[in-house]
Amino acid sequence: MSQFILLLHENPSDFSDVSPDEIQAIIGRYSAWREKIAAEGHFVDGHKLADEGGRSLTRTEAQLRVVDGPYSEAKEVLGGLFVIEARDYDHAVEISSGCPHLEYGGRIELREIDQMHDDD
Amino acid sequence: MTDSSFPQPVLRIAPDPETPPQASPQETHVHLRVVDHLFRHDAGQMVSTLTRAFGLPNLSLAEDVVQEAFIAALKNWPFQGVPENPAAWVLRVARNKALDVLRRQGNWKDKSPAVQSSFRTLEGMGSSEEPRFAQELRDDRLRLMFACCHPCIPQNSRTALILKTVGGFSTSEIGRAFLTRGTTIAQRLVRAKRHIRSEGLRLEIPSSEQLPELLPNVLEVLYLMFNEGYSSHQGEALVRRELCSEAIRLCELLAEHPATQTPETEALAALFLLQGARLPARSDGDGDLILLPMQDRRLWNAEMIGQGLEYLGRSARGQKISTYHLQAEIAACHAMATDYENTDWASILRAYDDLQRLTPSPVIALNRAVALAEVKGPKAALEILEKIQHQPTMADYYPLHASLGALYKRLGKRHLAQDHFRRALELTISQPVRRFLLDQLHR
Repeated sequence: MSQFILLLHENPSDFSDVSPDEIQAIIGRYSAWREKIAAEGHFVDGHKLADEGGRSLTRTEAQLRVVDGPYSEAKEVLGGLFVIEARDYDHAVEISSGCPHLEYGGRIELREIDQMHDDD
Repeated sequence: MTDSSFPQPVLRIAPDPETPPQASPQETHVHLRVVDHLFRHDAGQMVSTLTRAFGLPNLSLAEDVVQEAFIAALKNWPFQGVPENPAAWVLRVARNKALDVLRRQGNWKDKSPAVQSSFRTLEGMGSSEEPRFAQELRDDRLRLMFACCHPCIPQNSRTALILKTVGGFSTSEIGRAFLTRGTTIAQRLVRAKRHIRSEGLRLEIPSSEQLPELLPNVLEVLYLMFNEGYSSHQGEALVRRELCSEAIRLCELLAEHPATQTPETEALAALFLLQGARLPARSDGDGDLILLPMQDRRLWNAEMIGQGLEYLGRSARGQKISTYHLQAEIAACHAMATDYENTDWASILRAYDDLQRLTPSPVIALNRAVALAEVKGPKAALEILEKIQHQPTMADYYPLHASLGALYKRLGKRHLAQDHFRRALELTISQPVRRFLLDQLHR
């Protein structure tokens, strides 16, 4: 088994006039997905990233440059991430494809965590 | 008695009833119990109680922070899981956001006993079963309902305001239910809140002296809310049905509260429950209206009928018979009938007689005529309908033409009957009604 990271990008303006009823429905969908992949042994971890945009660090010559995020023109931000376990990319895509994030217009970036160990 | 059919406004986490308890040892097996509109009802409760804490002029602030707190939940819980006590989580976020805003404004003393007491009430709401706060939570909603329906608030804003604050509906949901643009609803809400501030309204449950003046307003708003959901055949079916449930929920709140449980309130609760019980049979899979004679009565909600009859019994103790009493009585006759033919038409006719005296209208005259036809035969009914059919509000009303068609048919006047069935067909787009009319036309 390998570990994969799901980076969930979202558009904050999608949250404007969503009602408590709709929020309940959405959270219900996420909970169901989480429980399903946990029951199948694929769920490892989930993290919500803080809302403020973070910092971008670069060093040019001796100068440290720190820029407050978000850094791109794009409207979407990285909202949070999941770590899952899967056999390979195909399997990871299959697991991620059930994530409700996709139904609400979000984008998921899927990356494998490189776990090259000494014994590999 | 009211607890069973409508969820109480407390966020709860419970094991899914479908899964046996021993199969859910871990956090990941805990489900958000599938209770309808739990978050919405909690939002309404939080807005009501935070408004008590911060004062009616801060109603918008209370709404904003509750909304923001629910959004925070939406952003967090998918990743972190639903916390053990979700209501407490949302409340804490909402309260802290409100205190931040007020402290920034500079003149806020959050140590006042009133604020501390309402915070304790809210904590009570969060800490699952805490009966001693239930009364206070209920009172908070009641106070806000009276404020929303105060005579100084424009009539057309009251329903939207109560749905938004106590009901936890979003502006666009209200717009969808009323076939009005969300921006129009938003403007109404802004105007209403301006009135709340400029008139210096206070949050209070009316004294027994004020009650006769203030309660009818609230009942009327609930009546309009229910009717909007029940009668309109346009708009989004789901949201409209939710208007009915919300009207029932708020009316039960009034009917169960010692300060507001008048016979009129109970009659209105009876009317809502008896009518609401028929909702599942009232439309087909496509959401089209099914008329009473063709409804599958097995789909009627027996529990709601039982509750409605109980309220109707309680409402009979008063001196005055209100229009709600009479309408509830009619609804009860229908709800108790095994089929259309075996309905107690004589009682229905008597109730319509009284109703017509109390609030005369052509629609009541039409309904009365339908009952009259069942009691005294089609001729007597026709005499009435022939008189009202030329009134401007009735000329294009398809139920009138459908009724005229049926009566002429019973009298063997085929051609006249067909004219009216055709006219009725021109006036309705509901497919089950059209099928019924076509059937009548050709048989």
